[in-house]
Amino acid sequence: MSITVDGINKRFGKFQALNNVSLDIPEGKLTALLGPSGSGKTTLLRIIAGLESADSGQISFSGQDVTGLHVRDRNIGFVFQHYALFRHMTVAQNIAFGLDSLPRKQRPSKTDIQKRVRELLELIQLPHLAQRYPAQLSGGQKQRVALARSIATQPKILLLDEPFGALDAKVRKDLRRWLRNLHDEFDFTSIFVTHDQEEALELSDQVVVMSQGQVEQVNEPIELYARPASRFVFDFLGQVNVISGQVKQGSLSQGTAWVTLPGVQHKGDAQLYLRPHEVRLATAPVAHANLPLRIEAVSLIGSEVRVELRPEGWQSEGSDNIWEVGISHAECNSQRPTRGDLRYAVPQVGHLFTGNDAQPATVNWAEAELAPRVRLIS
Amino acid sequence: MKSQRWPLTKGRSKRVLPGFGLSLGVSLFFISLVLLLPLTGLVIEVSAMSLSEFWFVITDPRVVASYKVTALAALAASLFNGAFGLLLAWVLVRYEFPGKRLIDAVVDLPFALPTAVAGITLATLFAANGWYGQFLTKLGIEVAFTPVGIVVAMAFTSLPFVVRTVQPVLEELAPEDEEAAVSLGASDAHVFRRVIFPALWPALVTGVALSFTRSLGEFGAVIFIAGNMPYISEVTSLMIFIRLQEYDYAAASAIASVILLASLVLLFAITVWQARYLKRLEGR
Repeated sequence: MSITVDGINKRFGKFQALNNVSLDIPEGKLTALLGPSGSGKTTLLRIIAGLESADSGQISFSGQDVTGLHVRDRNIGFVFQHYALFRHMTVAQNIAFGLDSLPRKQRPSKTDIQKRVRELLELIQLPHLAQRYPAQLSGGQKQRVALARSIATQPKILLLDEPFGALDAKVRKDLRRWLRNLHDEFDFTSIFVTHDQEEALELSDQVVVMSQGQVEQVNEPIELYARPASRFVFDFLGQVNVISGQVKQGSLSQGTAWVTLPGVQHKGDAQLYLRPHEVRLATAPVAHANLPLRIEAVSLIGSEVRVELRPEGWQSEGSDNIWEVGISHAECNSQRPTRGDLRYAVPQVGHLFTGNDAQPATVNWAEAELAPRVRLIS
Repeated sequence: MKSQRWPLTKGRSKRVLPGFGLSLGVSLFFISLVLLLPLTGLVIEVSAMSLSEFWFVITDPRVVASYKVTALAALAASLFNGAFGLLLAWVLVRYEFPGKRLIDAVVDLPFALPTAVAGITLATLFAANGWYGQFLTKLGIEVAFTPVGIVVAMAFTSLPFVVRTVQPVLEELAPEDEEAAVSLGASDAHVFRRVIFPALWPALVTGVALSFTRSLGEFGAVIFIAGNMPYISEVTSLMIFIRLQEYDYAAASAIASVILLASLVLLFAITVWQARYLKRLEGR
């Protein structure tokens, strides 16, 4: 079932939670609603579910208008951040709840319900816990039970509100993978809400980035990361290093720092955005950039080494005035960066926002550097 | 060897918050002073009687009749309060309406009002020519000076017990539980029966039990409206009062000890049952 959200507005008192939101969720896809708290992502999910009603606008499932339909008639599965398991029921009773709630004519027989519960317990790999009470389960187990409960009535749409938000990192990772498999195995259209960009990028087929009650960008995870459409998306999706300054004669400068901008005609104010992996570190300035930075900290983050640097003689955008550069362990071993060392940032690829333009222009120094050499050889 | 293995033993037994000894001591002292000492007095008074004397006093037909009247009236009153108190708590927690604060405050009125005042007021209202009584009489219902009047007085004075025990539990009930149930397709009735009521059940039973035990001992409000006819509308606390007026302290104490025992056993049973029920929910 595809989901269409058309011109949804929602107000809580004076707060505009959703401002004319329109969205297409394709059938069978796993879509992430990503945004900071207060961006309206949970409200949107709850309106799609029917747990909340919109002030105006329309929700359709496969082209059928369900705006006025009560949540119990929408046949959706909904998973809550804090599980919302019924404390006084056993795991098996919890899972059977949806089937027990069916009107008598549609309700399967007792043995059929038991059989279905057993299948679901197998699916969530917890058949041995059928007679336990929720309070005796761990967080990850609870969320599996909640998932099993929500899909017991075989809904076509699965909605998850920060499903892993209350779990620790390891369990979260396992459950993510498990949810992805579950989604692929059954024919769901799923939407999950998260404020964790890593989770959104890793798990989903499509990411909807939201901010202040509006949709900022909709795209596949890889595209979204490579081509953010606005400053907000750029800032929100991972760490970013920014230098703002004046562009004159194809180069951006601020104080003593400068960087050439091959192929850029613009004059005036501009901001250059660089991802931590789009910057290398050198011990001396290079031909296309002079961005001196002093090392503040070197930390080992799993497979990568993160170097935090403070601009020397110029200012970075952002409150903390810090640049982050990711280098490999091999580079770290050969260069031995230490706190207090002076380094020069060497941009590889950057994204230039000029004036009030929402869309950035991509700047690629590697190509510009390479081009003359190729010509020389030929 | 031992000290090596358990180097933290000494530190472990230390409490983080100071003052445990003092606060517990003061609490126990006051409990002894206001609860245990009078109870001991009661027991001493009773123990002056022989067992057969004791049995004779507490099985006096008129007293036995009063047990029945008291217990049945208290049961009716507490069951009524169970239903009405639940409704009142529900309305106070679930809905916003003008005057909500006022109603919330009025619920405590039976606690604040002297029970004698409540009794006189109720008797006046329900008397054959009173505001309510004149209509009820036409319908052939007599409230004042009958056992029904006892139920009314008991229900009035013990209503806050149910409301005040159910209200906080209802407030803490996670809205997600209901949302989850509804999203699974459950009807409103099904949600109430299967999700909300089981969560309220322990608090409701406690409230009803408190209401019942309070009603067992109710005196002030009851005697004005009960009519106090022997074998028909005399409550046990009145029997205690009558024995006192006869300067028969031992008999008064004996009857009092019966009510006391009944209340204690009931409260203890409820506490044990509730602990078991909650244990399951909290997974210990």
